[in-house]
Amino acid sequence: MSATAKKSASKTDGANQPFIYRQFDQEKLRDALRKMYLIRQFEEGAEESYMRGLIHGTMHLSIGQEASAVGICLGLSDEDQITSTHRGHGHCIAKGADVSRMFAEFFGKTTGYCRGRGGSMHIADVSTGNLGANGIVGGGLPIAVGAALTAKKMKTGNVVVCFFGDGANNEGAFHEALNMAAIWKLPVVFVCENNGYGMSTSVARATAVPNIADRAAAYAMPGVIVNGNVVSDVAEAMHEATERARNGEGPTLIECKTYRYRGHSKSDRNRYRTKEEIEEWMTERDPIEAFEAELVEFGVIDAAGIEAIREGVRKEIEAGIEFAKESPMPEVANLEKYVYTEQA
Amino acid sequence: MDAQVETATRELSYAQAIQEAMAIAMERDERVFLMGEDIGVYGGAFQVTGDLVERFGPERVMDTPISELGGAGVAVGAAVTGMRPIFEFQFSDFATLAMEQIVNQAAKMRYMLGGAVSVPVVMRFPAGSGTGAAAQHSQSLEAWLGHVPGLKVIQPSTPHDVKGMLLAAIEDPDPVMIYEHKLLYKMKGEVPEGYYTVPIGKAAVRREGADLTIVATSIMVHKSLDAAKQLAEEGIDVEVIDLRSIRPMDRQTIIDSVCKTSRLMCVYEGVKTLGVGAEISAMIAESEAFDYLDAPVVRLGGAETPIPYNPELEKATVPQVDGIVKAARDLVTGAR
Repeated sequence: MSATAKKSASKTDGANQPFIYRQFDQEKLRDALRKMYLIRQFEEGAEESYMRGLIHGTMHLSIGQEASAVGICLGLSDEDQITSTHRGHGHCIAKGADVSRMFAEFFGKTTGYCRGRGGSMHIADVSTGNLGANGIVGGGLPIAVGAALTAKKMKTGNVVVCFFGDGANNEGAFHEALNMAAIWKLPVVFVCENNGYGMSTSVARATAVPNIADRAAAYAMPGVIVNGNVVSDVAEAMHEATERARNGEGPTLIECKTYRYRGHSKSDRNRYRTKEEIEEWMTERDPIEAFEAELVEFGVIDAAGIEAIREGVRKEIEAGIEFAKESPMPEVANLEKYVYTEQA
Repeated sequence: MDAQVETATRELSYAQAIQEAMAIAMERDERVFLMGEDIGVYGGAFQVTGDLVERFGPERVMDTPISELGGAGVAVGAAVTGMRPIFEFQFSDFATLAMEQIVNQAAKMRYMLGGAVSVPVVMRFPAGSGTGAAAQHSQSLEAWLGHVPGLKVIQPSTPHDVKGMLLAAIEDPDPVMIYEHKLLYKMKGEVPEGYYTVPIGKAAVRREGADLTIVATSIMVHKSLDAAKQLAEEGIDVEVIDLRSIRPMDRQTIIDSVCKTSRLMCVYEGVKTLGVGAEISAMIAESEAFDYLDAPVVRLGGAETPIPYNPELEKATVPQVDGIVKAARDLVTGAR
């Protein structure tokens, strides 16, 4: 995939502009930036709350990967569905979830999306098409194929996006799911967010092929490699994959090459990568900075507009944490509620 | 007992009863479809789906690749998003490959998401020994799944029940795992025509008796009834309970029976240790029935071994009628 941003393109030369500037109106693009900030500040807020002992358990932060989540979900509707991963806060927000209810879930409150039963690792907003994060690496892959089977059988015209990480590509579920999606030509897009490491094990040490997208050939589906830190590149690949899916031509595997700034989880001592490597990604390739600069260059937003977005997000995060703090805890008496469906 | 008024009956095999249930369900509800390995033109390894593909087409009687984990997961994903899939494992043993999707996903999705979704999937597990298929095609691992909150696990023992319980399972909003003993497939019995359901979670007293309660599952119900007939000739009056569902378990029916007979024996084909009988025994030990017991509880379960190939060894691995008779006699006469 090579929809590289032509930084030298003039504002008026529409045909040479990157994909998203041709595809979406400016309001939509400003909202994409807002969502990237929302993801980053949500995760920073969650991290801080964790440090202060307000959130227990663990969490897997996707800071640095925002362009992938937002670029993939940019053209989706609430009816299109996603399956997500243990690193799924960004997907949830990109798909349209309310950060207050996400915070409430992390705080274990009844107002949380999972009523305090799921936490970070199972965050889901089914109303906006998110079938859930997953604590099992590769767990969402077959489920996404099943959701796509429903879409095909019910002729809904919806697509299903299956987010997974580089680690999941070595699970058996990856092979079984991609093969079935391909033989049945299902409307599903497999999005591998390759952040370079499955916990501590680098892709080079764990995966026999240089690119995960190379594996698409084994399932006779397109395998597309994109710079996962460039919103437009991600969105363009996703657009083509979505068209293909909606036209009944079957699945696509998109590999978003990206990077997580934080450790795998809260137990990570960061011994498998260098400070320099992390620094380099943070300073040279930050997806939000890059997108912001691009939006300014193309005249979509100015400095004051960016400041207004940041400030708005800051307030939304603050209000979300406050809502979570004030929300009620679940009753222990209701421990077994939701194990089975309550029947009249 | 059954949810609907039953009409005329005729004799069907257990396999035919399952097939009929699936056909009725597919006719009633377009969301219902079948998935599994070689269930289409082949008709299924045990000919349970038979010619259904000719009647309903390959999109509703879907052959899957040999991908148990993926296939089970696809069924889960389809169920969560509005379909009513019935997934057939070719042999229950192969479900070991799909435990992730069954245990981590199907069973927990509703809970993890705080009730935002239900997972109305049915999975069918041809199980049990007696076919000479040896260690990897003969197991009875239902207790594994019985240990998982969020699942329902049933073991119908008759053609009548398997049809009604399967139809109940398809209607059920939660994942239902149905264990079918392979030796029962050819067993015949009276089966009502048309639609009816048999409730999940309710045991059936197959024979009333005063001296001993046998709680049996699946094919062991029939072996226990044969044993009870022999014991009756000796003047030992056995009550036989068909458990039918191991999760949820109908504790009250067992407790009431033990309070009456004062003796309990559990007969099941799964490995004895940590099996269904362990749960029933412990449950009775915790209940008011404990004070009524006149003798220690006895468990007859599978041997602590893989299922062997040799037919004599294979028979010796699981409870047989003679063994049930002897154990029951010893229990009632105090000879043990």
